[in-house]
Amino acid sequence: MPDQTNNHKTLLRVEGLVKHFPILAGVFQRQVGVVHAVDGVSFEIRQGETFGLVGESGCGKSTAGRTILQLYRPTAGRVLLYDQDLASMKGETLRRMRQKMQMIFQDPYASLNPRMTIREIVGEPLMVHDVAKDKEIQERVNELLDTVRLNPGFASRYPHEFSGGQRQRIGIARALALQPDFIVCDEPISALDVSIQAQVINLLEDLQAKMGLTYLFIAHDLSMVRHISDRVAVMYLGVLAELAPRDELYEHPLHPYTQALLSAVPVPDPFVEEKRKRIILEGDVPSPVNPPSGCRFRTRCPLADKICAEQMPEWREVVPDHWVACHFVN
Amino acid sequence: MIPGNGRKPIIKVENLQTRFHTPEGIVYAVNGVDFELGEGETLGVVGESGCGKSVTMLSVLQLIPRPPGEIVSGRAEFHGQDLLHLSNEEIRSVRGAQIGMIFQDPMTSLNPVLTIGKQVSEPLMLHLGMTKKDAADRVIELLELVGIPEAEKRLTQYPHQFSGGMRQRVMIAMALACNPQILIADEPTTALDVTIQAQIIELVKRLRDEIGMSVIWITHDLGVVAGMAQRVIVMYAGYIIEEAPVKELYSNPTHPYTLGLLNSLPRLDRGEQGRLTDIPGLPPLLLEKPVGCPFVPRCVYAHDRCSENPPLMEIAPGHRSACWWDVKEGKARHA
Repeated sequence: MPDQTNNHKTLLRVEGLVKHFPILAGVFQRQVGVVHAVDGVSFEIRQGETFGLVGESGCGKSTAGRTILQLYRPTAGRVLLYDQDLASMKGETLRRMRQKMQMIFQDPYASLNPRMTIREIVGEPLMVHDVAKDKEIQERVNELLDTVRLNPGFASRYPHEFSGGQRQRIGIARALALQPDFIVCDEPISALDVSIQAQVINLLEDLQAKMGLTYLFIAHDLSMVRHISDRVAVMYLGVLAELAPRDELYEHPLHPYTQALLSAVPVPDPFVEEKRKRIILEGDVPSPVNPPSGCRFRTRCPLADKICAEQMPEWREVVPDHWVACHFVN
Repeated sequence: MIPGNGRKPIIKVENLQTRFHTPEGIVYAVNGVDFELGEGETLGVVGESGCGKSVTMLSVLQLIPRPPGEIVSGRAEFHGQDLLHLSNEEIRSVRGAQIGMIFQDPMTSLNPVLTIGKQVSEPLMLHLGMTKKDAADRVIELLELVGIPEAEKRLTQYPHQFSGGMRQRVMIAMALACNPQILIADEPTTALDVTIQAQIIELVKRLRDEIGMSVIWITHDLGVVAGMAQRVIVMYAGYIIEEAPVKELYSNPTHPYTLGLLNSLPRLDRGEQGRLTDIPGLPPLLLEKPVGCPFVPRCVYAHDRCSENPPLMEIAPGHRSACWWDVKEGKARHA
């Protein structure tokens, strides 16, 4: 579906991705409902780019990331990495593919085993995938720690001895261990202090330049996403609202949700803030258990009309490379 | 009058020092903080985790658990009385009545087993001596004021039946119940999504202007402060390192830490920005009281003089900075 122009090679293609979670209740754990976490999402990620995926909590962006990596198996849809469908792969075939795709997690406190040393944590993927032996692992771990600007001398220490930013570097070193092509960064800086965030972002950018990595960068910090991404997709309640190259999206947002979202972000400049007009959305995001009919955003949308309740807006390319799902965008 | 803004101070804090006695040793959380809050003014307090911004405000209200906390020195003058030396009973009549508070986590700041009606009416009955019935009417008014739809129906509901944004509205209603002169908001929007954050900020701004109260807004988000504060205090390692009217601070930051923070932020409203300028190193753990300037290990302008801790020096009307180096002129400051 997404285009193939501009000589960009597609690394990953997501087609109609759906992930539903059953809601079980009662003694017999009968299914009483479904959480529509991801409900039909399609996009492609190009080789070497950073693809930003933004949205508010509960919009399904993290679930999308995990489903792409097959940490959750999709309910429907295809995920093509190098034109091979991960969703239909199993066992050893999938395990082999996992070396090519890795993840950096949000919480550097919860994502590192407190009982393992840094050497064991970073070296584990090498052992599990049987790509290196004892001494080799040792050398490779030192190299990896050096790459993420941590002192290899600290390899025998435990996670609690490190700060949040340093732990996130350990998580990055672990993700790099198998020399992946594609990394899902799930809110990698949101647990960190402002002065440390820039350190981690700079590191991710340097690694990308050096190793030709492709990132899916999931975040709710729209300013940081603008900084790091080549293209950005906006997600709302399980579906994509808009997708465009970075500057196009931030300067010419078409979807009313994107417009409201961008206007809500405070800018660290009192002169700009003084003049800014905010679009204040009413109410909260509806529950993904019972998403609204038609357009998911219609319950909070200032433009909503009859058609929005009746028909789901088509996901279409309105100008080259700029996709949007709204009845009112021409 | 507060220099640079011409307002009468409503609260005046001097030389506040707070420590915590922990198994690892003494944590020097707040190390001599002076500031004033003007009548009807919104003061932003900015800094990263552990800089002492919350502990400062909690100390002023005697909300630090003692032990392990200890207020070593200081005064906090409010209507001729020193808040730090009030008895438990006296400070309780100030907290929640003349000074309202809202906190970061609306999920844990509300009692899960009490209805919203009961929780919001508590301060009314306690501080204003209202009857149950009068309080209930006032609660409906308050919930409507903070934009909770169907307030009457919501009275008998429990916190878990409210979304995060709605819970924060309930907290604000509780804080405003007794018409406080000061509202202290400690990271009130950090746990919320941006569209909900925008709703809450609009609400507090509207209420501030309608009621004419003073606001202390504690946050790590330099964007939020830019849009709502009139004056800003920047804290680092338990010290105030810079203080200025909001426009002066953002257009003319003078402390290397403030400068570093502003430079490390990507901008929503700008295209290609090149590499972010990070601040190297980590904030100090404060297990020892810093000797000299606490920012030295991370500072690109550090020189000999910095082994002596710089005091907050007035460098322009209402603009104070704790740094020996004049970043703009590229030479040492004389003080």
